[in-house]
Amino acid sequence: MFSFDERVIPLDAWITSLVDWLVEGYRWFFQMIKWPVDFILSSVSDGLLATPPLLVIALFGVIAWRVSGFKLAGFTLASLILIGLLGFWSETMITLAMVFSSVVFCTVVGVPFGIWAGRSDRVNNILRPILDAMQTTPAFVYLVPIVMLFSIGNTAGVLATIIFALPPLVRLTSLGIRQVHPELVEAALAFGATSSQVLLKVQIPLALPTIMAGLNQTIMMSLSMVVIAAMIGAGGLGAPVVLGLNTLDIGLATVGGLAIVLLAIILDRITQSMATPKNKDVK
Amino acid sequence: MEKIVIKNLYKVFGSEPRKGVKLLEQGKSKEEIYEQTGLTVAVQGASFTVNKGEIFVVMGLSGSGKSTLVRMLNRLIEPTSGEVLVDGQNILTMNKDELVRFRRSKTSMVFQSFALMPHQTVLENAAFGLELDGMDKKQREERALDALKQVGLEGLENAYPNELSGGMQQRVGLARGLAVDPDILLMDEAFSALDPLIKTEMQDELLKLQDRHERTIIFISHDLDEALRIGDRIAIMQGGRVIQVGTPEEILQNPADDYVRAFFRGVDPTGVISAGDIARDSQPTVVWHTKAGSPRATLEMLSMKDREFAYVLDSEHRYLGVVSSDSLRDAIDQGNGTSKLEHAFLTEAKSVQETDSLQDILSLVASHSWPIPVVNSENRYRGVVSKNLFLRTLNRAEKGTYFEQSAS
Repeated sequence: MFSFDERVIPLDAWITSLVDWLVEGYRWFFQMIKWPVDFILSSVSDGLLATPPLLVIALFGVIAWRVSGFKLAGFTLASLILIGLLGFWSETMITLAMVFSSVVFCTVVGVPFGIWAGRSDRVNNILRPILDAMQTTPAFVYLVPIVMLFSIGNTAGVLATIIFALPPLVRLTSLGIRQVHPELVEAALAFGATSSQVLLKVQIPLALPTIMAGLNQTIMMSLSMVVIAAMIGAGGLGAPVVLGLNTLDIGLATVGGLAIVLLAIILDRITQSMATPKNKDVK
Repeated sequence: MEKIVIKNLYKVFGSEPRKGVKLLEQGKSKEEIYEQTGLTVAVQGASFTVNKGEIFVVMGLSGSGKSTLVRMLNRLIEPTSGEVLVDGQNILTMNKDELVRFRRSKTSMVFQSFALMPHQTVLENAAFGLELDGMDKKQREERALDALKQVGLEGLENAYPNELSGGMQQRVGLARGLAVDPDILLMDEAFSALDPLIKTEMQDELLKLQDRHERTIIFISHDLDEALRIGDRIAIMQGGRVIQVGTPEEILQNPADDYVRAFFRGVDPTGVISAGDIARDSQPTVVWHTKAGSPRATLEMLSMKDREFAYVLDSEHRYLGVVSSDSLRDAIDQGNGTSKLEHAFLTEAKSVQETDSLQDILSLVASHSWPIPVVNSENRYRGVVSKNLFLRTLNRAEKGTYFEQSAS
């Protein structure tokens, strides 16, 4: 009789030994990857923490006012002041720095890959299952290997965030490039555009709104990883939530959650306004 | 002068296009090949020559391969086999850089769907080709403005394409094509998306532009009226094959097969047949200021031949006027022997151009008793169109037998 009990592929054991092997032999390599992330993260968070809170609040207010208007500026000012009054100012700045660094790396990696996938069906077909895996693999599965390779802390949190937040940017960049009408590409070629001119003068400008929507999604997903990142020792707004959960301090967890939501709304509205220029009704 | 020579050009879409060409050469039809191999034959064995400065219309129904054909001229679509020579240079052997340079310097293209960049202003769109070529901003905007002026779009430089009507958008498309000052303008159903009135307006605009700069224009169209209106020569395509190339008159008078004939059914021949096509050298002519060209000698000649009118030319065969036996007699009586032939010219006599259509000359033919003289663009005499001839032509065309009789 056939039974699965005797025929189990020992994949779990293989993976365990693979990770062990990586940790033993190539930890230096992963530490090297960590370095630029660490650098940006610490400079941004140090910078934000060193700046007087009122100046940061004013800066955000001005940005919100420039890209959208008085309404968003008012909301931004009120929310940030509230966060400060709730006692989460420094946590918020750390979270902001983490989101910023993960978005920077997602952009540096995601936009080129998205463009590549947008211009090549083969690349798109290869990337798709990888992106699916990145988005659907439960974060807890890769948290432990990440800790083993990168140790705990803010930087490991950012790296876990990048894995989760990268896919929408790649997907939407690819979609944006693909949505550019083929006649426009043909017209550019007919007038003697080189491949890079087609990209820079036609495809990217026309895909920009979609790419910006991808960036917005990446920011939102980075924020949603804040709590999970806190589980591997990352600081910021996730920390009070995790602490609150562990100690059944519902009040602390909820207030931390409220600060995350407010920050999310501010970043979402600001980036959305940036994606849709208000003066030009250019589609 | 030959500008573009196309030799035995094939395009087969599919995974092994060369195989398709081989099968075609073995005499298999497009349909058989599709059933056997799944290959789609778009253009098969197209050969023709486009002369410098002419408007060459490629006409055919949708699916006849005409859009594929025009895209092979600048290699937006890579031909499967054959040759495309532009100024004697085979563009199919060019490498990437040469091709980019060729596209920038020799050709430009106007599209059915306009294909304007929605994120750029009208001015930026018109300057697009020059920008690709790396011309500096000030210079390219100057040339783009000039091109916009040529197509009547001054004052709209800062608008965006989506703020303009279809006709205006295509003017921008045309300006973009003209700004690079190309030798060859490829127009792919350029006016097909416009409503009829605007379409006619744009055709006139194109003809006007062509008067000023003689460009070589390849115009793709599925509209017969358009082809007849603007085409110096027409190529008719069916099922990927070029089945006939010629001037509108040639094709109308001598259609290659039933397909072409069916195309032309219902075309009003008076709009297509020109005065030059039917003019006959049936009337007596005299050369002035010669012995035989004196009023007396002319009068004598007319009465001997029993004719009423004589056509006066100079020694270079240029048309000067018409005299009748009555006008000659009057001139001789008044002139006391010193009169010259020009004193006897019929003041109402007017010549027509050989390119004028029968429609254009109808009223002249009908309202005068003498046959109307026909001249070419250099005023050289080509013959006359008499009432009789005119009516016979119409009669034959009406019965639908014009083609057969003229062809014989």
